[in-house]
Amino acid sequence: MKVRLVDIAHARSGDKGDTANVGVIALRPEWYDVLTRHLTLDRVREHFRGVITGDVERFELPNLRALNFLLHGALDGGGTLSLKTDAQGKVFSTAMLRMVIDVPNEEARRLDLPGVAA
Amino acid sequence: MSAAAKMRDAPAATRVVRVAAGQGFWGDWLEAPRRQVDGGDIDYLMLDYLAEVTMSILQKQKERDPSLGYARDFVGAVESVLPGIAEHGVRVIANAGGVNPAACAAAVRAAGERHGVSDALRIGVVTGDDLLPRLDELLASGHELRNMETNEPLTAVRDRVLSANAYIGSVPIVEALARNANIVITGRSTDTALTMAPIRYEFGWGREDWDRLAAGIVAGHIIECGAQCSGGNCLYDWRHIPDLADVGYPIVEASVDGSFVITKHSHTGGRISVPSITEQLVYEMGDPRSYITPDVIADFTTIQLAQEGTDRVRVFGIKGRPPTDRLKVSIAYRAGYKAVGTLVYAWPDALEKAEKADEVLRSRLDRLGLRFDQILTEFVGASATHGPLAGHVREVPEVQLRVGVRSADKASVERFTRELAPLVLNGPPSVTGFAGGRPKVEDIVAYWPALVDKRVVQTAVEVT
Repeated sequence: MKVRLVDIAHARSGDKGDTANVGVIALRPEWYDVLTRHLTLDRVREHFRGVITGDVERFELPNLRALNFLLHGALDGGGTLSLKTDAQGKVFSTAMLRMVIDVPNEEARRLDLPGVAA
Repeated sequence: MSAAAKMRDAPAATRVVRVAAGQGFWGDWLEAPRRQVDGGDIDYLMLDYLAEVTMSILQKQKERDPSLGYARDFVGAVESVLPGIAEHGVRVIANAGGVNPAACAAAVRAAGERHGVSDALRIGVVTGDDLLPRLDELLASGHELRNMETNEPLTAVRDRVLSANAYIGSVPIVEALARNANIVITGRSTDTALTMAPIRYEFGWGREDWDRLAAGIVAGHIIECGAQCSGGNCLYDWRHIPDLADVGYPIVEASVDGSFVITKHSHTGGRISVPSITEQLVYEMGDPRSYITPDVIADFTTIQLAQEGTDRVRVFGIKGRPPTDRLKVSIAYRAGYKAVGTLVYAWPDALEKAEKADEVLRSRLDRLGLRFDQILTEFVGASATHGPLAGHVREVPEVQLRVGVRSADKASVERFTRELAPLVLNGPPSVTGFAGGRPKVEDIVAYWPALVDKRVVQTAVEVT
C-alpha cells in the first residue's frame, strides 16, 4: 500500500552551514518502526537527488520516535552566501514529507496506516 | 520575592527554579520579555539575541561608533521589566553584549538611572570571548582556525575577517550570579549556557556533574528559540493550536535531580505538548548522541518526555559526558556582494512566461560579460522551496521570478540590478510586481566556524 509520509509523521528542519537537518517524528508511537524500516539512507538519498549536492547522514532517536537526517550541500553555500529563498533550510522538513512509501498491505493493516487511494 | 527565594527554604527535593525565555533571536517579539515577567512567578529571564551572523553585523556597527556593537533591543527589554528586577527579584541573563558587552552594560545602567532604579541593578559583564584582537598572535602560535566544513586554514581569508568570537559556556555566568549580579550580559556565550547557568548556580552542580549539566543544556536547547517549542512554527496539529496571537513563551521548571518541566504561564496561547517539544528538540540537530557544548556533551538519545498535565511536559533521563578540550569559534569575513530581484508573472502560462524572462535576462547578462560566482533563479509559487519534489505545476494564478547573483566584483552586481526592470516593457507579457524598485546590492558577510584550544580563551567577569 502507498503511504504518504505526511500522513504518518511530522517534521522540523534547520541549518548548520551548508547542511540542512530534517527531524522526522512519528505521529503515533507505533509508527516509529515504519519510519526506521522505510526511511533508509538510500531512500532519502533518492528522494533528494538533484535537490542537494552532497551526501545524507541518518541517525535514530527511538526515545523521541524520531529520525534525524543531515542533508549536505542543501543550501547553496548556506547562511549569508546562499541566494536561496530557503537559505536556512526551514522547509526541507515538508519537502521530506512529500515522500510516498510502499508498505506491505499486511503491515499497513496491522498498524492502521492511512493509505493513499490508488 | 522570587519563586526561587521562596522555595529556598523548601526541602531540596521539591525546590524548583524557574527560567523563562523572552527572546529567541534579535528581532523576536518585543512583548515577550514583559509578558514573561508580568505573567506569573519566574526566577530568571533568559534572552537569546545572537545568531551566527549577528556578531559580524555588530562588529560593523562598532567600527562606525565605538559605543555600539551590542543588541540594542536589549535595553528596551530591560526597561520593560525593570519593576520585576527591582521589586520582585527576577534576574536577567542575556548574550546581548555582542562584541561590546561593556557598552551594553553602560546603556542598561543609563536606562536604570532614567527610571530611578539604578541602585537596584547589579550588572555582571562577561568578557573574554572576543578573539579578534588576538587573531594574528593565535595564528602565529600555530592555531590554524581551519574551517570546520571545508578544512581550509583561516589564512585564506585572514585579511577579510570582521569578527572572531569563541563560544563560551556557563562558568563565567555562574560566577556573575554568585557575585549577586541581577543582570548578566555576555558576548558570544552559547545559547544553551544562558539557561543552564542559573539552574546550575541555584542547585550548586559541579563541573563534573555530567548528567545534570547535560539536562540543563537540553533545557536551554528547548527554550532558546522562544515560542518555537510552545506552539510557534509547530507543524503538528497546527490548525488547532490555540490563540497564537497571545502565545505563551516557554518556562523551564528545573529540579535538583536534573529533571525539569517545560511549561508556560496560564491564560496564554500556544501549546506545550510532547510533539511541540520534540519538534524543537530535533531543530538544528547534528549527531544526536553528541550535542557538544563547552561544559558537557549531551546525549539527545537519552531524553525522555512525558505529558504531565495541560501545557506541561516533563523531561528526564538525560545523560552527559565530559566535553572536548576545544571551543567552537565563530568567525565572520567579507565574502563579496549579492543582489536578489523579483518580478511577478500572471496567468495564463505564468510559469512559462517567468522561465522565458529568465532566459532573456541571462542572455543579456552573458552578453554584458559580467562576472558572477553564481546566478540562481527560483520560481516562487512553483518550485522555489521544494524544487523538483514539487512536481509539475500548471495553471497557477501567478509565479514570482526571483533571480539572485553573487560576485566578488561589486560593479557586476550593480549592473545586474539594472537589468530586471527593463523586462517589464521589453520581455514576456503579464508582468507586474516591480514597485519595490531596483534590487539592493548587499555586502556578504560569511560565517567561518572553527575550533580553538580551550586553554587560550580566558573569560573575565565584572560586576558593578
